[in-house]
Amino acid sequence: MIDVALKMLFGERAKYAMLVSGICFATILMTQGMALFFGILGFSYATMQNIRAPIWVVDPLVQQAGDNQPLRDTDIDRVRSVEGVAWAAPLYVGIAQARLLEGGATQPVMLVGLDSDTLAGAPTRMLEGSIHELRRADSVVVDVQFIELMHHLRGVRLELGDAFEMNDRRAVIVGIAKLVQGMQGATYIFTTWDRAKQYGPGQRKMLTHVLASAVPGRPEAEVLEAIRRGTGLQAVSEAEFKRMSARWMLVNSPIPYVVGVIVGIGFIIGLGVSGQTFYTFVLENTRHLGALKAMGASNLTLAAMILAQAGIVGFVGFGLGVGVMSAFFSILPEGRAPMILLWQIPVTVFCAITLICMLSAVLSLWRVAAIEPAIVFRA
Amino acid sequence: MNHSLNPSEPQIAVHLALVDKSFRNGEQVTPVLRQVEFEARVGEMMFVVGPSGCGKTTLLSVLCGTLHADAGAVNTLGRPLHQLPPREVTKFRALNIGFIFQQFHLIPTLTAAENVAVPLRIQGVPARKALPRARKLLARVGLLEKSGERPSRLSGGQQQRVAIARALVHDPALIVCDEPTSALDSATGHQVMDLLRDTSRGSRRTVIVVTHDPRIYHYADRVAEMEDGRILRVTVCSQLENLSTH
Repeated sequence: MIDVALKMLFGERAKYAMLVSGICFATILMTQGMALFFGILGFSYATMQNIRAPIWVVDPLVQQAGDNQPLRDTDIDRVRSVEGVAWAAPLYVGIAQARLLEGGATQPVMLVGLDSDTLAGAPTRMLEGSIHELRRADSVVVDVQFIELMHHLRGVRLELGDAFEMNDRRAVIVGIAKLVQGMQGATYIFTTWDRAKQYGPGQRKMLTHVLASAVPGRPEAEVLEAIRRGTGLQAVSEAEFKRMSARWMLVNSPIPYVVGVIVGIGFIIGLGVSGQTFYTFVLENTRHLGALKAMGASNLTLAAMILAQAGIVGFVGFGLGVGVMSAFFSILPEGRAPMILLWQIPVTVFCAITLICMLSAVLSLWRVAAIEPAIVFRA
Repeated sequence: MNHSLNPSEPQIAVHLALVDKSFRNGEQVTPVLRQVEFEARVGEMMFVVGPSGCGKTTLLSVLCGTLHADAGAVNTLGRPLHQLPPREVTKFRALNIGFIFQQFHLIPTLTAAENVAVPLRIQGVPARKALPRARKLLARVGLLEKSGERPSRLSGGQQQRVAIARALVHDPALIVCDEPTSALDSATGHQVMDLLRDTSRGSRRTVIVVTHDPRIYHYADRVAEMEDGRILRVTVCSQLENLSTH
């Protein structure tokens, strides 16, 4: 009878299209909501997406990536001296002001100072130039978004070899990288740690992080613990630092809360739309199901028919919805829109759609089980 | 399919003894069948007639097992439906009873042949076996050329003929018809009844027809008159001129 059920489903094209559209709409709503939520959360650890290192050593008071508490310069050597540490490199992350040579308003940027010897934490996606050019005098590597921003705001399209100012010091672009924007849309500019002292705001301590790595073969957790014990500093893995940052944002920023509420409402609407649509479909088929029941179809047979219909509607609607969202994400400017389509999102949405289809199917089954077959004798 | 009857009652297809059935609506209880005694014989065409609301359709529902009687005994084709668990009654209906409804109840998204095949599909017969059998039945009711059409493309009379084919496809021992002609004009009604009589004549199949359409009373072998939930009298065909019309 499954094929009969599917013919009942596919035969009424308008209703079938409405059902699939409902599920598709719910999938889109839930997917974009969750992608937006995680995209917003992603702002909190943009630094870790642009600067990659297995171990981050920071001040014990630091709770998230944007909290750049200064360390003592000697902390680098203290970290290096911990057994199990393969290498350790200084890092500066702080706000600086960029300005065109010809003057005009300043543009806040996230200044990153890398260890000049190792260039540990350098951007991995260079669009133009080379990161190694950072060893030249006054050199910086900028985010391609910085180029776009200056073009948009100041009317000047900067290129490789062009110069601008930070803290009244000349900075020459030797590379353009593809980077992720942080909160407030600040674009990242990379230079060496020594030079960052000149470009950044004058302060006594210019070390904000120590990047490190464990000796190959040594368990990272063990090395992290050794650094904590040996230096009194906070040592965390990249993944944990991301989690800390996201958690901090969840607790302390109203943005995820607001977005979360929107996403939650979207989720509930999505569930409601898909559930109600399917339930209505079953209700409209009550008389046919009653006739089948009168003719001897068991509740089990009708249950299988309804579950098959729900499964097909859910699967097709979900597939379409995910397809639409994938297409949508593919045309989004990379790194600009605060949306991340993590693989977990479609999986979660699939589970939710399956759940709601099954729930509405169960509701419908309850309805069908309650149908008196004698209903078909009533005019 | 299953025409075998209980050897102890070979000539009685349906026997209802002292059957009561009431419907409850909140506090209000409406008795619909009151101490009903009813009998239909094997191979006969039995009509149940009476005014609207007298309990005809409820009687039909009880005797075919789509409604459970509150009291009394319901023996249909030798099976005590009042004692069987619902699952058994459902299975019994699937195997032994053909249905013809007032509103046809054809599934609009299936073709005529697929609709006719439904009782076989319910029994678990695969489509490749059920559909040829359905087409044979459609040929028997003169609608072979319409086997691929959906019900919406058929006239009312054609739809009822498809419903008759559906009722016959699994070769049931009992066919129950609820107002089979009320949605049809007079000529089409007669065609449908002719067809129903022709397809059942000579077989041991019992046909029970609930109707209040006096134009078709003459098709009956016997007619049971109902009023206020009771069988008033049973009239044989030859005495039909004495039957009150409603």
